[in-house]
Amino acid sequence: MKRSYCGSFASCDCFVEITEASTCTYTIDSVVDVFFHDQIEQVIVNVLHEFNHPLIHVKLTDKGAFDYSIEARLRTALERYYHET
Amino acid sequence: MRRSLLFLPGNNPAILNNADVFDCDCVIFDLEDAVSIDEKDAARSLVVQALKTFEHTKIERLVRLNGVDTSLFQADLAALLEAKPDGLMIPKATVETITSVNQQIDALDAHSSILLFPLVESPKGILEVQTIAILPRVKGILFGGEDFAQSMQIERTKEGWEIFTARSLVAMACKAANIDAFDTPFTDTFDEVGLRKDALLAKQLGMSGKACIHPNQIAVVQAVFSPSEQAIFQARRIVKAFEEHQKQNKGVFSLDGKMVDKPIYERAKHLLEEARQLGLWRESDEK
Repeated sequence: MKRSYCGSFASCDCFVEITEASTCTYTIDSVVDVFFHDQIEQVIVNVLHEFNHPLIHVKLTDKGAFDYSIEARLRTALERYYHET
Repeated sequence: MRRSLLFLPGNNPAILNNADVFDCDCVIFDLEDAVSIDEKDAARSLVVQALKTFEHTKIERLVRLNGVDTSLFQADLAALLEAKPDGLMIPKATVETITSVNQQIDALDAHSSILLFPLVESPKGILEVQTIAILPRVKGILFGGEDFAQSMQIERTKEGWEIFTARSLVAMACKAANIDAFDTPFTDTFDEVGLRKDALLAKQLGMSGKACIHPNQIAVVQAVFSPSEQAIFQARRIVKAFEEHQKQNKGVFSLDGKMVDKPIYERAKHLLEEARQLGLWRESDEK
């Protein structure tokens, strides 16, 4: 199965795992989920929209990353996914 | 003024989040040596997003790109020009590489106001530093002592005599071109006395600032490259005495038993200007 990763489990970072899927889906596991779930979700939705809702599943494990870090990690994971042969 | 330039690893969000808490003049987000080869793309993306997100108004933001001779450079340059840091640090600089970088910037964005800070760290770079200093967009040059020593196949010492000539050449070329000269970092982050000594030597040679590899080096470097209270006091006396003698059409004179002439007056004026820029002295205080 096609798969890519980016990020880390360190504090203030997040880990993004992308796997092949039949629809565009995502799951969020965040240490600050109770406060920032909607905000994190919006970051993911915006990036996936920019990539035309690819047929992938995004699994985000967040350790308190700022929005810009989540966006950067997701973008890199997507680029790696597409570059994977 | 660019007295202290702190290198920060480009792939560490916890550090990038706090880039402006360090009391330095510039930060250098590093995409080169501080990032493993497998994480170059992740670091580039993270630094780009950080630059777009934070304003970091108190500090100048530079990014050290991967070498012009690597497959990463073009992607680094294109992404960073869009993210608009204040400047780009170009490693292993020679006339050829900096000319090439300028051409590539012109091709991507001819009106870019981005500044270039070549990192001169090879014997070839040192021998070409006078020309590098006057190339377009170049506003400062950092001397890289460790890579230089490696290229020369010589051992680095704390005293630094093995890099004395190279340091001096960088300082002179930058002064001649009226741009900043930055000294190589002091690599022992626990030796504050050694750092102060090394920074003082760099200042004596004409460097305008020094790179730091740990936040605990910033205070010492800032202090060394700032005019001291005593130096400001003496400069004020020299300027005042010189201008009084000028009014009486007198040229050279003696102050505290030491000759004061125009170059000494100019140096004192320059020091006061630096102090003014740093908020350490105001001309109105004199009146």
